[in-house]
Amino acid sequence: MRLELVPRASVSPIARALSPVIAIVLAGLMAGLVIALMGRSPMAAFDIYIREPLGDSWALQEMGIKMIPLTLIATGLVYCFRANLWNIGAEGQYTMGAIVGAILPLATQGMELGRWLLVIALIMGAIGGAVYALIPSYLRVRLGVSEILSSLMLVYIAQLFLDYLVRGPWRDPKGFNFPQSVMFDTGSTLPILFEEGRLHAGLILAVVVVLASTVVLGWSLFGYAIKVIGSAPKAAGFSGFSASRISLMVFAISGGLAGLAGIVEVSGQIGQLKPSISAGYGFTAITVAFLGRLHPLGVVFGAFVVSLTAIGGENAQIMLKLPLDLTTCFQGFLLLCVLAADALTSSSIRVVRTPKKEA
Amino acid sequence: MEADETSTVAGDSEKQTQMLASIEAGLAADSAQNSGLLVQMTGITKRFGSFTANDSINLGVERGQIHALLGENGAGKSTLMKILNGLLRPDEGEIVWNGEAVQFESPQDAAKLGISMVFQHFSLFENMSVLDNIAVALPGSIRQNGFNLGRLSKRIEEVGEAYGLALSPHRPVYSLSAGERQRIEIIRALLRDPKLLVLDEPTSVLTPQEADALFVTLEQLAQKGCGLLYISHKLDEVQRLCSKATILRGGKLVGECDPRKEDVRSLAAMMVGSHVPEVRSPALHKIGDVRLEVEALTLPAPDPHAKSLNHIMLSVHGGEVLGIAGIAGNGQSELFAALSGETLAPQARTILIDTMPVGQLDIESRRALGAAFIPEQRLGHGAVPGMALSDNLVLSRHGTDRLDRYGMVNFRRARRLSDDVISKFDVRISGKNPVASSLSGGNLQKFVVGREILARPGVLVVDQPTWGVDAGAAVAIRQALINLAAQGAAVLVISQDLDELFSISDRMAVLHEGSLSAALPTGQVTRETIGLMMAGSEVDDAA
Ligand SMILES: Nc1ncnc2c1ncn2[C@@H]1O[C@H](COP(=O)(O)OP(=O)(O)OP(=O)(O)O)[C@@H](O)[C@H]1O
Ligand SMILES: [Mg+2]
Repeated sequence: MRLELVPRASVSPIARALSPVIAIVLAGLMAGLVIALMGRSPMAAFDIYIREPLGDSWALQEMGIKMIPLTLIATGLVYCFRANLWNIGAEGQYTMGAIVGAILPLATQGMELGRWLLVIALIMGAIGGAVYALIPSYLRVRLGVSEILSSLMLVYIAQLFLDYLVRGPWRDPKGFNFPQSVMFDTGSTLPILFEEGRLHAGLILAVVVVLASTVVLGWSLFGYAIKVIGSAPKAAGFSGFSASRISLMVFAISGGLAGLAGIVEVSGQIGQLKPSISAGYGFTAITVAFLGRLHPLGVVFGAFVVSLTAIGGENAQIMLKLPLDLTTCFQGFLLLCVLAADALTSSSIRVVRTPKKEA
Repeated sequence: MEADETSTVAGDSEKQTQMLASIEAGLAADSAQNSGLLVQMTGITKRFGSFTANDSINLGVERGQIHALLGENGAGKSTLMKILNGLLRPDEGEIVWNGEAVQFESPQDAAKLGISMVFQHFSLFENMSVLDNIAVALPGSIRQNGFNLGRLSKRIEEVGEAYGLALSPHRPVYSLSAGERQRIEIIRALLRDPKLLVLDEPTSVLTPQEADALFVTLEQLAQKGCGLLYISHKLDEVQRLCSKATILRGGKLVGECDPRKEDVRSLAAMMVGSHVPEVRSPALHKIGDVRLEVEALTLPAPDPHAKSLNHIMLSVHGGEVLGIAGIAGNGQSELFAALSGETLAPQARTILIDTMPVGQLDIESRRALGAAFIPEQRLGHGAVPGMALSDNLVLSRHGTDRLDRYGMVNFRRARRLSDDVISKFDVRISGKNPVASSLSGGNLQKFVVGREILARPGVLVVDQPTWGVDAGAAVAIRQALINLAAQGAAVLVISQDLDELFSISDRMAVLHEGSLSAALPTGQVTRETIGLMMAGSEVDDAA
């Protein structure tokens, strides 16, 4: 006996719209089951994971802080994924963005230069990420190297490079030998939005990026070209769109936004370089992009769900003594459920009974 | 039952006769007699939303019968066949196979009973070889006993040779022309030992020679008791091959007849519901200056399987239709790509549009100079399958129709222009702005052709303009091409349909092995000379 996926002749738009909701509910049930198996009450966990963070302004701000990098990176990934290009290396572009963006703030540290330094730092971060993303893209366009592998492997190079910097040339001499740089001057840190909070101005950047991307992907010729290239490369050639140029452009955008996320996180949140500047944002953003069905507005929703579980996970660790890894686990469930729900809205399952084999 | 299905591939039999013998063995295992009702579809209804594509249709096929399914574009033929093949599920109605009611959940269910289908639009993996494409589609039972790719590859060559459907098994599919892809589909279906073989417009991209060979094969299959369902817009073929015809119009069954007892006109009238006109020669018009010129175009083959182009010389005047005849795979796609700018010529001066050297310009720059192009493959090249028609209009007209404003696409205007194409070219659609892949083959072809003609090009290059369109629509498209030329455009038509070329071209040339003959006025050539040139013989003095 085996299972087969049979494409459905027609897919109702309602099913399409509902499928992520169903996926979230299913992932929730699966997580509940695991929690029950660990001997905790799933109801209490639900309370702590979902309800409490939503009613608490501190938790809401923390969620916003996590949503900023996730949204920026995932929106960039939407460009690539729509063109059928698989940039798996956003984590590396994020790290490179943080490194390149930090060059000036670290070099001028102590001089207390003005706000313009921050603007340059952000631009340099975006450029750093973009250039780093162009490496796998160029290799693909020129030599046909799979962008999936090369972009992924560049993640480790970027991370180890950061590690080297903060242990070597950029280490804070007064930092008790901790692998970290000096703190940025206030001039080069992103301002805080609300007094007595931690939510920073990166939020505004994220909103602008999401809105601009909605317009670009939905109504511009460039967005149209991305869609054509992703679904029918030969028609793209007929249309006059150059596949290599678009491929380089979407990687640059994707890497640029990941790099921007990196420097935003460092200058808005952390205030210095250290090996742990990312909580795996570059990888989680892949889940977020798919949760958002490759649409910038959907990405905001995806980032919200993922951040909620992350904050909830921290609470649950404290209050229920549940391991933090459970959150990663839940995010895994979530991605699987979303992909499965996608597959099952466009195809149906059927059971094929194979007769006993003679040979 | 499984054992005798394996015999085709596993056996070391040589040619056609042995293969047919094994098909016969399969049939004999199922029933002793070679006649009688094989399948009966009763009251089949299929709706797409509020649109009814099939409206309680009855259709029965007997063993050994070649049964034609006729109807204009969008009549519902492919839909009905997809239901018979298990690809679509009917909303109402039943299918009785060998006296037993059956329900198909998927094409595999139908395949198990021996129903094999050659689709109108190919379902092939572009990046895989011919061999792999055939191997994946063989039922598991064949793949088990003593199967290996080496044998299958030999088998494909043998069968291809025996049936006049030559194919080299190791070529990747992306390098093949539509005609060659069609051959894969046919060989794939034949290798599955069908008891009922459905062919959805198999000859629309085959050469006359290939079609002839195919007919012999089909007749032999029928003699052995296989039932055949044959869809075609070429009525002379139907008359030659089929003993029964079922005619659909607008999703309804409108008649059954013996096509051999009807004449072509009355058959066509039954399909369309009215008289089919003929192409009218255009009003007298002036032949103007040369608008499209190719000067000694030589292009090496981009990959080992493509054809190289050797020293192509041609010129098309405004007001003129130049026809390029030739059997698919002789460099047609390469020539089209070079003319359109999808492949660039080595020098700018090799290709001239209105005396402007364009050899080094891309397709959009050539469009900006007033050229338009219609590729052979409508799904995936001329149109994006999953996009709405109005979005598909943007595909080729974004640069020339004020659709692109500061990088933003004016989708509203695109929708208006696409509705214009739909109404002027009588594209029959279900729904308001459907996705391209939901259109019937002929209707999508009308849309793609209409999209380019309504751009009012000064130079039009078109590859297989009437692939899969019905008699009425073919006349309309040919008329539109002639009229476009009469308004002063230079029209270059690449086609393997000689009737078409004779009815519309002012001059004709033949493309063979990547070389183009000199163009001669249509009045001075005969079918025989063109036929010989297509087959490769040197005809210096064709007049
Ligand atoms: N998946 C679908 N969704 C919506 N409408 C569809 C779909 N498939 C087919 N149709 C509609 O059903 C009608 C019949 O289509 P079908 O492909 O059966 O025509 P056909 O007789 O094979 O025509 P042709 O000769 O052009 O191939 C068409 O109007 C088409 O637009
Ligand atoms: Mg059809």
